[in-house]
Amino acid sequence: MGTTFVVKRRDFLKASTAGGAGLMIGFYLPKKFEALAAVPPTEHAALNAWVRIAPDDSVTLLIDKSEMGQGVSTSLAMLLAEELELDWKRIKTEFAPAAPAYFNPLFGLQGTGGSTSIRASWGPLTKAGAAAREMLVSAAAKRWGVEESACRAENGAVLHAATKKRLGYGALVEDAAKLPVPQKPAVKDPKDYKYVGKPMKRLDTPSKVNGSAPFGIDVRLPNMQHAVVARCPVFGGKVKSFDATKAKGVRGVKQVVQISTGVAVIADNTWSAMEGRRALAITWDEGANAANTSKGIRKLYAERAEQPGVIARKDGDVDSGLAGAAKKVEAVYEVPFLAHATMEPMNCTADVRADGCDIYAPTQFQTFNQNTGAKITGLKPEQVRIHTTYLGGGFGRRAEQDFVTESVEASKAAGTPVQVTWSREDDMQHDFYRPGAYSKLVAGLDVNGWPVAWKHRIVSPSIMNRFFPGSVQNGLDSSSVEGAANLAYAIPNFQTEYLLTEAGVPVGFWRSVGNSQNGYIAECFIEELAKAAGKDPFEFRRKLLADAPRHRGVLELAAAKAGWGQPLPAGRTRGIAVVESFGSYVAEVAEVSVNRGSGEVRVHHVVCAVDCGRYVNPDTIAAQMEGAIVYGLTAALKGQITIDKGRVEQTNFQDYEMLRANEMPKVEVYIVPSNEAPGGVGEPGTPPIAPAVCNAIFAATGKPIRRLPIRAEDLA
Amino acid sequence: MAISFTLNGKPKTVDVSADMPLLWVLRDTLDMTGTKFGCGMALCGACTVHINGEATRSCITPISSVAGKKITTIEGLSADGSHPVQQAWMEEDVPQCGYCQSGQIMSAVALLSKKANPTDADIDDAMSGNICRCGTYQRIRKAIHRAAAMQAGKGKSAA
Repeated sequence: MGTTFVVKRRDFLKASTAGGAGLMIGFYLPKKFEALAAVPPTEHAALNAWVRIAPDDSVTLLIDKSEMGQGVSTSLAMLLAEELELDWKRIKTEFAPAAPAYFNPLFGLQGTGGSTSIRASWGPLTKAGAAAREMLVSAAAKRWGVEESACRAENGAVLHAATKKRLGYGALVEDAAKLPVPQKPAVKDPKDYKYVGKPMKRLDTPSKVNGSAPFGIDVRLPNMQHAVVARCPVFGGKVKSFDATKAKGVRGVKQVVQISTGVAVIADNTWSAMEGRRALAITWDEGANAANTSKGIRKLYAERAEQPGVIARKDGDVDSGLAGAAKKVEAVYEVPFLAHATMEPMNCTADVRADGCDIYAPTQFQTFNQNTGAKITGLKPEQVRIHTTYLGGGFGRRAEQDFVTESVEASKAAGTPVQVTWSREDDMQHDFYRPGAYSKLVAGLDVNGWPVAWKHRIVSPSIMNRFFPGSVQNGLDSSSVEGAANLAYAIPNFQTEYLLTEAGVPVGFWRSVGNSQNGYIAECFIEELAKAAGKDPFEFRRKLLADAPRHRGVLELAAAKAGWGQPLPAGRTRGIAVVESFGSYVAEVAEVSVNRGSGEVRVHHVVCAVDCGRYVNPDTIAAQMEGAIVYGLTAALKGQITIDKGRVEQTNFQDYEMLRANEMPKVEVYIVPSNEAPGGVGEPGTPPIAPAVCNAIFAATGKPIRRLPIRAEDLA
Repeated sequence: MAISFTLNGKPKTVDVSADMPLLWVLRDTLDMTGTKFGCGMALCGACTVHINGEATRSCITPISSVAGKKITTIEGLSADGSHPVQQAWMEEDVPQCGYCQSGQIMSAVALLSKKANPTDADIDDAMSGNICRCGTYQRIRKAIHRAAAMQAGKGKSAA
């Protein structure tokens, strides 16, 4: 049943302002990956790439997206189970191998990110499920010698109403697999949905409450060894020399070998490898970034911000708009580098042999992993098999190849399977960080207080420049301006500029990417305009979103559910924000109290309204909004990665603090019913929380918060 | 050095360095991977087990210190997910990525063994050592109250 998936030569996506740059991952597919399109699918399910049916009628659904907590292993199963009329209680899921059949159509390769899983898979999976259902019905009808129209599929079986004959799918699948695949199968009318749209319980919960769910770090293979890697703490530094004598003397250490990222200590258990690493003596060539500091980076950004940037959006003429304005508001906003800090540190297990390579990884980008394995081993991509495990958090970090590279190189050197584990310190200091950025904004208001001009100049490093070399055209990285260039407020003269500025710190995709900084900045700056105009922040936005019904819809819903305008207990204020990202619209209202004396900011309550179009699992959406809010709130209150002597200063959770149970606000989530095309869910909940909280603080103190994390000195 | 202890009700003896943390003995020597590594410094709670009934961070517990003691890991709570805390976690669909949840559950079980009907402040105190990066704290809190109610209803004390 093989169909070779042909990857279009250049899988460009239209850069729609609604789509945002989250989809820009698929914007440029370098030619080298096209070779992988020729890899034939390795294993097939009997009917198609996603469904395997056993003789006892139990069903295994293949999940081609990475499960990192966003619930895809359940929601994608729901789409298949719906069309295939499966008995929900009899399905299991497995993660798909790396093969073109599982390419994410929005990326042109197999990968999970950009909040694309549902919107990429809805069409293909429902079509595949419906086609398989039709084949099973057809097989039954043929066997019974009756009309297909007299048969129906229900609960994992085909029934013939007139004779009450029934055959489970298990008895039919062999015959069904021989039939031609329907090209235009009839997908269900949403009003007939049994599973889709309902808060089905997650399929992975049982294994996650008994310790059996396997994460990458849990992989255990025969003869597997454990390794940790000593890496130069300065970005871009290299090994000059090392002395492994003491390391090799540590009980359990088997081998010490230099690899591309540093020195690997290979042992029969993780602890011995860590002890061995402690006993290594290494001299580093620290390289060009050795004198880098946060202070120096800030100075560079500020200097760059004095120059005009590349235009990302230009409506009207901001300079004349500003010249004619009755009132001007100017501000500089700054955000720090941020670490991903997944609970499961980076790790990967590789088994390199002469005849092939198996990689076991908590990975987000399987196609890249195949390419990485092939490049290092000299094997063909189809000889590199990727086994995707559960991910203990992803947030974009596991799209990178570094942890895969290390395990493949270590296994190649050791001649056995090797699991490379990163300590928390490794993870904190060798991340691909959310870019630190510097924004200069100026806006003009007319005599009635309405904005007539808005200019936003952004200075930051470029993720796309590194992740997809060649993808940044004319100095414009779309991921750096998303959340800024696509504002929906009706401001006639609007300009967004970007100055690509490298800072000697590796940067990467962090939950909600450019929206994470620009959503905060835009929603705090519009708040400053509302205050300058003497208008209510909710009403101000609402008026400016008159022609943006979906933004306005979530804004109004969040405000209504939060009781905007109604009295609050003494000492509490509210702040509101609305951000569109990854095809979805989210508004949040935060209820906050500020203790200027102690510098403590307490977030009591967050009301979240989300419009993500048609959806699969509302409980997953609620969970993702809760989680995205915590992720963004942690960053707003606590997160910053600082650089000194070219290296990250933070090491573990004592100096890169996480929000904990005692700081968790009460979160309510309201989903807008919608028939629009599905938008993303994993990331859109993050951008609005920081500005909602900062706007509440602004209401309490009279001062805007123009830099994150929120500092005590900015409250007084 | 041979060290003997009871693990989930069964006697165990391991021959490892005396200073090897219990976490790594569990995960690498015994292939009991339900207990997780998150920070190595008792800051995150992912490695929480029970030693003689007390919630303990196994990443900083040298194996020599558990000689003769009773250790319970997530795998030992029940044979079939039937522990009330596990049941409550499933009813509330608590886990997202799930990596922190073994530690969360072990901390919650320990809390309920001391306070059958914990207040929100009790939950804050007992659970703030367990980080959840996916932000499931609200559901954890609800599940703890639910488990407490389940156990009260059954007249059982938390094991």
